[in-house]
Amino acid sequence: MAQDATAPARAHNLVEAAVAGDRLALARLLTAVENRTPLAEAALREMYPLAGRAHLVGITGPPGAGKSTLVAALLALVRAAGRPVAVVAVDPSSPITGGALLGDRVRMQAYAGDRDVFIRSMASRGHAGGLASTTTAAAAVLDAAGFDLVLIETVGTGQSEVEVAAAADTTVVLEAPEMGDEVQAIKAGLLEVADLVVVNKGDKPGALRTAAQLRAMLAPTVGRSAIAAGRPQPKRPEILVTTASTGDGVPELLAALDRHRTTARDGEAASARRTRAEAQVRAILSERLADRLRGAHLTALHDALVAEVADHHLDPYTAADRLLEAMAAQVT
Amino acid sequence: MTDRPIKVLIAKPGLDGHDRGAKVLARGLRDEGFEVVYTGLRQTPEMVATAALQEDVDVVGLSILSGAHMTLVPRITKLLQEQGMSDVLVTVGGIIPDDDVPSLKEAGVAAVFGPGTTIAQVADYLRSNAPTRD
Repeated sequence: MAQDATAPARAHNLVEAAVAGDRLALARLLTAVENRTPLAEAALREMYPLAGRAHLVGITGPPGAGKSTLVAALLALVRAAGRPVAVVAVDPSSPITGGALLGDRVRMQAYAGDRDVFIRSMASRGHAGGLASTTTAAAAVLDAAGFDLVLIETVGTGQSEVEVAAAADTTVVLEAPEMGDEVQAIKAGLLEVADLVVVNKGDKPGALRTAAQLRAMLAPTVGRSAIAAGRPQPKRPEILVTTASTGDGVPELLAALDRHRTTARDGEAASARRTRAEAQVRAILSERLADRLRGAHLTALHDALVAEVADHHLDPYTAADRLLEAMAAQVT
Repeated sequence: MTDRPIKVLIAKPGLDGHDRGAKVLARGLRDEGFEVVYTGLRQTPEMVATAALQEDVDVVGLSILSGAHMTLVPRITKLLQEQGMSDVLVTVGGIIPDDDVPSLKEAGVAAVFGPGTTIAQVADYLRSNAPTRD
């Protein structure tokens, strides 16, 4: 903890350099964010007011659906338009060894000399939900560094990894052709949070049929009850077909992304921003609480209460309440 | 932050099209608890240096079987130094004649791993020699 005192000054230097375009400083900041160092916290405090201008686009879908290839195809178009673009690509960490193989760059190689493309791989480091716990913060750093578009590619997801919808302004869910029947499309979960659903591998048999099924099944429910009508509305995703490997349909996807960015700035995207803000505050709050629990005085109490709960001499609710009381007593 | 995973870039610069060895090593290091960025075949020195910078890796492992190491490796180490990453540990694996090893080391390579090297040897070497940063 001896480094805490110098962290704000070192963070300030790195932030200044990164915002001025120093890519190594930016990379080092992202490392600090991933490792949750004191420097990262100081840097994020400073960068947060600078962020909020980029369009954050989440790209999710099952493994092998073509997320990385689609990101590469988008990069080509976005760079042709001269916009600076960053990618955060998350791959899973091993639950057994903690190691990870980050292989998304394989499909995104063509931009070595282009300083307006910045690609960063992240290991999920034990976080479930399709992202790493620090992905939102990493996207904010890239946003503050001046990238106009930040593409957030999740790990290969299943049906319920909806976290990306809170991390992004616009969520793209990728599907591959013939991955399931119509019942798959009406299950709750990932498809409900999509702003755009993309059937990739459009050159494969069944792609158009899959898209037609999705269009039919994801159409808004008519005749909702008064109670349901009062609740948040499910999204009404546009369904597109792309072949990322050839680029077919990708210009239409980019146009749809840009449309969603403008039209939804005050509507859905605003609520996504609010959800994201809430998630960030809550995550930090629970981290802070956990830190507080590790304090000398509370650790002893915590361990004693846990032992009592383990022996069934105390119930877990009372134990939690006592810890909260002890924490409150400490503050005052 | 002593328990954070060491981040390694495994890259195949040059034109040889054989990356089984690189993939086996990438997978092996994953199982040893490293975070491994794999970039695929046919990388230019610029691509390797850019990936190393953007990923802010601790180690760059270059796999070369084509015989072009005396051209490619010094270019990569020079680019890394130019972009302020002279603290990155650079290692080379593949078919490297013993006579070339001293010049590669002079160019900034920390270790050369030839055929027969085990995953454990590489992992232990990287754990002992990767730069420590906060």
